[in-house]
Amino acid sequence: MTMRHPPLSDAALGIWPAYRRDVYGILVVFAASIAGYFMFPDSLALLTRIVSIALLVLSLDLVVGFCGVATLGHAALYGIGAYAAGIVCLRAGITDPFLLVTIGAGAGAGAGLVMGAVLLRTHGLPQLVLSIAFVQLVQEGANKASAYTGGSDGLAGMMPAPIFGMFAFDLWGRSAYLFAIFLLVVVLAILAVVARSPFAMLCRGAKEDPVRVEALGVSIRPVLLRMYAISGAIAGVGGALGMLATQVVGLDGVSFELSANSLVMLALGGVGSLYGALGGTVAFMMVEHMVAAINPFHWMTVIGGLMIGVVLVAPRGLAGGLDDLQRRMFGRNSETRR
Amino acid sequence: MSAIFDVAGVTKSFGGLTVNRDVSMRFAAGDRVALIGPNGAGKTTFVNLVTGQLVPDAGRIVLAGDDITRLDTVARVTRGLVRTFQVTRLFADMTPADHVVMTILRRMGNATRILARFGGDSAANDEAYEILDALGLGDAMRRKVGEIAYGQQRLVELAIALAHRPKVLLLDEPAAGVASSDVPRIERALERLPPTLAVLMIDHDMDLVMRFAKRVAVLVAGELVFDGAPADVARDAKVREAYLGSYGHASRDA
Repeated sequence: MTMRHPPLSDAALGIWPAYRRDVYGILVVFAASIAGYFMFPDSLALLTRIVSIALLVLSLDLVVGFCGVATLGHAALYGIGAYAAGIVCLRAGITDPFLLVTIGAGAGAGAGLVMGAVLLRTHGLPQLVLSIAFVQLVQEGANKASAYTGGSDGLAGMMPAPIFGMFAFDLWGRSAYLFAIFLLVVVLAILAVVARSPFAMLCRGAKEDPVRVEALGVSIRPVLLRMYAISGAIAGVGGALGMLATQVVGLDGVSFELSANSLVMLALGGVGSLYGALGGTVAFMMVEHMVAAINPFHWMTVIGGLMIGVVLVAPRGLAGGLDDLQRRMFGRNSETRR
Repeated sequence: MSAIFDVAGVTKSFGGLTVNRDVSMRFAAGDRVALIGPNGAGKTTFVNLVTGQLVPDAGRIVLAGDDITRLDTVARVTRGLVRTFQVTRLFADMTPADHVVMTILRRMGNATRILARFGGDSAANDEAYEILDALGLGDAMRRKVGEIAYGQQRLVELAIALAHRPKVLLLDEPAAGVASSDVPRIERALERLPPTLAVLMIDHDMDLVMRFAKRVAVLVAGELVFDGAPADVARDAKVREAYLGSYGHASRDA
């Protein structure tokens, strides 16, 4: 079709202009992850855990950053994904890592639908309280159902098969980390498409003004519920990855604490930005790792200080702060000016 | 003439206070009707009843032969009953083009697609460009709504409404808050609304009402006291009394 008018957006110019920045972004993430493999060969377990939690924070960004849901219970979806993959691995004898991740994603999506159906009945403070209640209930449920979950001892003894039958989840964690990078890249690619879809625009609209979206002729709840399911699936992938990498699933995976920490990571990185969510997770967990090694009792103080610093200097998180810095250094341009 | 939109005997009370009492209005395709009335007359309640924010206690609302009395806002919009807002409700971070494209995609049934590129539908883009360009928003359509002038934002509201291709359009004070120098732009846009569209405008601005409307309805204390030609409205005794109280009689005598 010939265009008889100036393009309305970059996306109107074609697939490459629309997704160019996402492709570059994913390549940078991929390169950095591979660099981590060679630079920190002794810390691959930590790096894998960072990727696993990063998937949780990315998934949290979908409901907080895109839909404006207030939640302090998002780890429920992560933990349910981990438990589902773990239980299936132990009891049903399914050991293929790809299949286990798929099961984790499915369980997370289902749990996301339930959690969304509960949380989307309200908003603001009541929503936040409901989300805490939800994660506490899930945790208590996991604690009581010890026949399946191992209760407070957790679930152990899973023996996932080697990836493609060749690369075992060994003590050094090489396979696990490379598998984690693979999952991260796939999830980022999917999210890049989702984030530029009409559906995501509606979610962003619903976050800003639900009345306007309804006046556009779109019911909000089904839209937000779908986003909750997508978010749950990604959290479930993160949980299943955690299970595969450590071969342990514990109650801390469905905790309020993990939920709250993931929200802090997201705020640190920048709400509403996928790369912000990644950066926030890496920054938080690196600081946690280093400071906890020096002083295991006061690492939270440092995180607190970091948080206050970010809020004061870059209220939109690390990603927003970098945005502002770039604009200040390279001048303003009318398309991106806020 | 058959009515495309029929509000029949609508009543709404809040507690003991009846805010709309037995209000009836009929609209044919191409109608240009203005609803006026003093503050507190129940105009906002009427708008909310018509758009589906409130459900009437009694009466029926019929759009193109379908009873929509109990349908919600979304169902009414998809059937062609569209409103603009008195205070603009737009997404500050999106562009006018984004808003209009989103509306067109909704009309086409593609607004909730996940595996599609927003802005990648060239038919929707072309139509959005035509609508925005005709409203004189050619230069502003790629800027964020938060950055453009308020008068332009009002035009974006109109552009969204047009993108719905509605049967009935409800304009809630389309020129409210606009600098007087920009009002003519809004008026020109209103003049160019599709001729088959039934339009109900709610406004205080009598200059605007008199230029736009072919028919004026007056709501006073929840009741419709007048529904007729603009030329007759100022002569109507009930309307004069409502607006001017007993001074109305005094001025007629003078």
